[in-house]
Amino acid sequence: MAYFSQQLINAITLGAIYGLIAIGYTMVYGIIGMINFAHGEVFMIGAFISLIGFLICSMLGIGSAPVAIVLVLLMAMAFSAVYGWAIERTAYRPLRGSFRLAPLISAIGVSIALQNYVQLTQGARPKPGGQIVSGGFNLFSADGFDVRVTWLQIIIVVVTILLMAGFTWLIARTSLGRQQRACEQDMKMASLLGVNVDRTISLTFVLGAALAAVAGMLFLMYYGVIDFFIGFLAGIKAFTAAVLGGIGSLPGAMLGGLLIGLIEVFWAGYFSSEYKDVAVFAILVLVLIFRPSGLLGRPEIEKV
Amino acid sequence: MAEQPMLAVAGVTTFYGAIQALHGVDLEVARGEIVALIGANGAGKSTLLMTICGSPRASGGAVRLDGEDITALPTHEIVRRGVAQVPEGRRIFPRMSVFENLQMGATLGVPAHFAHDLERVFTMFPRLAERRDQRGGTLSGGEQQMLAIGRALMSRPRLLLLDEPSLGLAPLIVRQIFEVIGRIAREEGVTIFLVEQNAYHALRLADRGYVLANGRVRLSGAGRELLANAEVRAAYLEGGHA
Ligand SMILES: Nc1ncnc2c1ncn2[C@@H]1O[C@H](COP(=O)(O)OP(=O)(O)O)[C@@H](O)[C@H]1O
Ligand SMILES: [Mg+2]
Repeated sequence: MAYFSQQLINAITLGAIYGLIAIGYTMVYGIIGMINFAHGEVFMIGAFISLIGFLICSMLGIGSAPVAIVLVLLMAMAFSAVYGWAIERTAYRPLRGSFRLAPLISAIGVSIALQNYVQLTQGARPKPGGQIVSGGFNLFSADGFDVRVTWLQIIIVVVTILLMAGFTWLIARTSLGRQQRACEQDMKMASLLGVNVDRTISLTFVLGAALAAVAGMLFLMYYGVIDFFIGFLAGIKAFTAAVLGGIGSLPGAMLGGLLIGLIEVFWAGYFSSEYKDVAVFAILVLVLIFRPSGLLGRPEIEKV
Repeated sequence: MAEQPMLAVAGVTTFYGAIQALHGVDLEVARGEIVALIGANGAGKSTLLMTICGSPRASGGAVRLDGEDITALPTHEIVRRGVAQVPEGRRIFPRMSVFENLQMGATLGVPAHFAHDLERVFTMFPRLAERRDQRGGTLSGGEQQMLAIGRALMSRPRLLLLDEPSLGLAPLIVRQIFEVIGRIAREEGVTIFLVEQNAYHALRLADRGYVLANGRVRLSGAGRELLANAEVRAAYLEGGHA
C-alpha cells in the first residue's frame, strides 16, 4: 500500500510534465492536422533556457526560490514561444498546401537541427541544474516504508493544474480561444468571418511552445540534469499521451499525460525499469490499432 | 455609369489547379440592390462568390468594392470592408453552440452592438433563440440556414453574399428564408448578391439577375425580364416552382 502510494505520487508528477507537452501536440494537430515532431525539441530548449535562467538568477543573487521560479518560468515561456513561432513561420507555413508528408519531413529536419544546435552551443554532456527546491514531508508510514511528498512535486502539480485550468479557460471562454476553435472546425469559414487564420495558427504554436517550456523547466528541476537529447524521448511519450487521450482533444491530452505517467512509473516499479519505455510505446501501438481516435477523441463522423 | 457600383467584378478568371472555373466574368451590383445569379450545377456560381472573398484568388481581372481593388487582399481583410457570406453548405461550426456561432459572426462587429444585434437575429429567427445552447452540428438543415444568415448579419455587413440558401429545404422554410432576405434588403438597406439554382424565387425577389453558364455570364437583365425569357424558362425553371 505504501509502495503503491509512493509510486502514485511519482506517477502524477511525471504525468503532469507529459500532459503539458502533450497539449502542444494536440493543439497543433487540431488546427493544421500535422504532428509537430519538433515539439519535443521546444521542450528541450525550454529546459535549457530554464537552466540559463536559474544561473542568471543565482548570479543576480536572487535567493528566494519562488521569485526565481516565477522569473525563470516567464523567461522560458517567452523565449520558447519565439522558437515555436519561428518554427511554424519558417518550416511549416511555406509548405502549407503542399503534399501531406512535406511538413512532417520538415518537422523532422527542424528537430535534428535544433538538437544539433543545442549540442554545439551547450555541449553534448549532461548539464546539472542544481537543486532549487529541496525538502518535503512524510505523508504517512506503513509496512516500514515512508511515503514522501517533496515540495518540488507539489510545485510541479500545482503549476501544471493552474496552467491547464488557465489554458482551458482561454480556449473555452475567450474570443481568442473561440477563433482558435473556429479555425480547427472550418478554417475557410473562420476567415470569411474575419479571423486572421495565419495569426491564429501562429498563436497555437506560441501557446503550445510556452506550455512545453514550462514542462522543460519542471523537468530540469525534477531530474536535476538535462542534455540536448531529452526532447526525443519526452516528446514521443507526450505524443503517445496525446494519441492515447485522443489527438486534437485538449482534455484528452491532459488525461493521456497522466495515464502515460502512471503506466511508466508503475511498470518500472512493479516489473522492470528497463522496459518502461517499451511499455509506453506498446500502448501507442495498441491505441493506434484498437482505438485510433483515443479515449476522448471524437470519431470522424459529424453532421455538418 | 453614373454612380459607382458597390461591387464590380471585371473580367475575372479563376482556376482550380489546371481547371478553369471562371472565364472572364463581368458583373456589377449597385448599392441597395438585390441581384440574383442563377445557373446550373457546376456553372461556377460558388466559385464566383468565393473569388469575391479572395479564396480562391482570381488569376485575372479585378474585383472592386466601392471602387477599391480588393482582388489581392487576404480574405479576412476583404470581409473587414463590410462583406459577409452565407456560403454553400452553410458551414456552421459543428462543435460550437448556436450562441457561439453567432459570436463568431460578430468577430468584426463592434462589441457594444453585440447584445442588440443578437436580439435582432433572435427576433428574426425565434427558432434560434430556443436553440441557443444547442451544438450547431445537431441543428436541422433549415435551422442551420437560419443560423448561417444570422451569423452573417452579426457583423452588420453592407454587402451580403448568399450561396443557394434554399438548397435542400422544405418549401415552407424556403419561403420564410426568401422573405427574410427581402426584409434584410428593404428594411436594413443591405445590398444583396444572391446565388440560386432555384431560379424562380431568386428572380422574383431580385431587382436584376445574371445567368452564369460554364464560367461565363450568358444573360443579364431585370429579374422579371429574365423570368419571362424563353431560354431561362427552359433551362432553369423546369421541374416546377419550388
Ligand atoms: N475545390 C475545387 N477543386 C477543383 N475544382 C473545383 C473545386 N470547386 C469547384 N470546382 C469545379 O469548378 C466548377 C464550378 O464549380 P462551382 O463554382 O462549385 O459551381 P456551382 O456553384 O455553380 O455549382 C465545377 O466544374 C467544379 O467541378
Ligand atoms: Mg455552388
